Amino acid sequence: MSDTTATSRPPAAPVLSTRQRVMRQLLRDKAAMAASAVILLLVLMAVFAPLIVALVGHGPNEQFRDTGLTAGGVPLPPGSLFLLGTDVVGRDLFVRLVVGTQVTVFVAIACALTAIVIGVVIGMLAGYRGGLIDTLLSGFVDVVLGLPLLITAVALVSVYGASFGIMMGTIVFFTWGPVARVVRNLVVATKSGEFVDAARMLGASDTHIMVREILPNIAGQVIVYGSLLIPQVIVLEASLSFLGLGVPPPTATWGGIIAENQTNYAVAWWSILFPSLFLLAATLAFNVLGDGLRDALDPTAQRSR
Amino acid sequence: MNAPSSASQHAAPLLKVEKLSKHFPLSTGLFGGQARSVRAVDGVSFDVAPGETLSLVGESGCGKSTTGRLIARLLDVSSGRVSFQGRDMSHIQGADLRALRRDIQMVFQDPYSSLNPRQTVGDIIGAPFLIQGMTPAEGRQAAVQELMRRVGLNPEHYYCYPREFSGGQRQRISIARALALRPKLIICDEPVSALDVSVQAQVINLLQDLQRDLGLSYLFIAHDLSVVRHISHRVAVMYLGRIVEIAGVGPLYERPLHPYTLALLSSAPDPDPDRAASRKRFVLKGELPSPVNPPDGCLFHTRCPMAQDKCRSEVPALRQVAAGRQSACHYADQVPAIAAG
Repeated sequence: MSDTTATSRPPAAPVLSTRQRVMRQLLRDKAAMAASAVILLLVLMAVFAPLIVALVGHGPNEQFRDTGLTAGGVPLPPGSLFLLGTDVVGRDLFVRLVVGTQVTVFVAIACALTAIVIGVVIGMLAGYRGGLIDTLLSGFVDVVLGLPLLITAVALVSVYGASFGIMMGTIVFFTWGPVARVVRNLVVATKSGEFVDAARMLGASDTHIMVREILPNIAGQVIVYGSLLIPQVIVLEASLSFLGLGVPPPTATWGGIIAENQTNYAVAWWSILFPSLFLLAATLAFNVLGDGLRDALDPTAQRSR
Repeated sequence: MNAPSSASQHAAPLLKVEKLSKHFPLSTGLFGGQARSVRAVDGVSFDVAPGETLSLVGESGCGKSTTGRLIARLLDVSSGRVSFQGRDMSHIQGADLRALRRDIQMVFQDPYSSLNPRQTVGDIIGAPFLIQGMTPAEGRQAAVQELMRRVGLNPEHYYCYPREFSGGQRQRISIARALALRPKLIICDEPVSALDVSVQAQVINLLQDLQRDLGLSYLFIAHDLSVVRHISHRVAVMYLGRIVEIAGVGPLYERPLHPYTLALLSSAPDPDPDRAASRKRFVLKGELPSPVNPPDGCLFHTRCPMAQDKCRSEVPALRQVAAGRQSACHYADQVPAIAAG
């Protein structure tokens, strides 16, 4: 048990780095792998959306009043001509969903990344320095949590008009605060470790301590939080677009497609079902992957390798 | 026991601590109220000579670790002076403080939390070079591996993570990191109290070897008197933020001149069962008083079996009671009689 020899014992088994261990754990998690496959499919769909549009031969906003609607003006069900049917004005639902995926993936990644970068920077400063910035942060997050998101969005849109920028700004505004609070608490717990004092003892600057000593210790939890933030952003984007507060029409988005077709679900079930399924699949996949990541990064699970 | 009673007492001290104090303000609640503070360290003075080991001992909460952290400049000094090689460093900042880090290093108590779990041993021991912007002539990796060899670690474990090592090995990593910048003084904050007894001796021996070879000075903070006796040249005993006795290690253990020192020695287990059975125990009553509301007069009078009226009203100063010995007891000369029973 004790190191009775002057030299240290060689480690018994080849020891994996944290990254290798997390990867191995994730690869064994079937649900997380299935979720990753769904996410990969969505990302590929977003990346190759222009190619798919070119292959199908028509764009998301082209209306087919003759071929896309019945004589009575009812949308066509899924079939050989339109893979997932048409919407209320005779547009190809499949093409609109593919292009909508592009918008959703872009908004989800851009907003989540921005919220996490802002949250990490502010949260680290607040947790490490304490004092005024810490007080301001907790006060700000309390205020944001107290603000009704939709009413704030309505107010912003009525002043500035619906636009991509307003929507993304609103989403980031409502999501970075909780990230900062989580990061702040992680930093407070981590900075009490004596290795932080050891770094100060060596003359390390605050920036060095935050970036080199503390950040690697909280990065895992931040990644988990980020992967769980993405579905929130997707739902927020869909909600805002559904209410007409997000991406202005005729640009296709999942929430917007559901909104456009909400009145005729009785005659065209597919026009509600498919966008809803896309939304469900995306949010579910990111949530399942986030849970899998959390399990893989959980230190108590480390021994089961 | 071959420790000289005082290594070069007359040489200029490497470290000189004068009337060092640290007051932690207590939170006063939302509506203010009277600002009170805890005097964690209250007017502590001592010297450390080059090549000397001075131990600070006392119960937990007596301010010994706080004293170490003040000298290390991990905490800000409330009042008093800390001079290193004759230069006041109690308030230096920035580049001066960074330069001081090369001369004063620290080994921490907890071998688990003192090493960053996300860094390899090579990164941890090489951090001093990186942070101080120094590249050793032989290259960082070679320098780190030489340090690993020096403290008894296998240099092949350069890329291992701290979690792969035992407590004793981790403390060796911590010592190697402290040695990297070739400091003159190392503050050892209870470096072996978290280790198994068998491993403690190895780490202590390593520290002694390093002192002999490199001429290091140690400020050794501990609550375990047997460890202190083995490694120290001189010992300072602290009680409630003050030094109550300071003396060479031999005289202090043979003939304590403060009742608190006597009590500490009496509470240490004796390895000889015959002697232990016949030994007169000098047991303290009561608890350590709260440092928020310390007693009047001598801080120790609430627990001291020798206490007289004078002790309850008059604060005893730390004064010279014999050659090279100081005690803060009004009746220091009577302590040996009490010890003899």
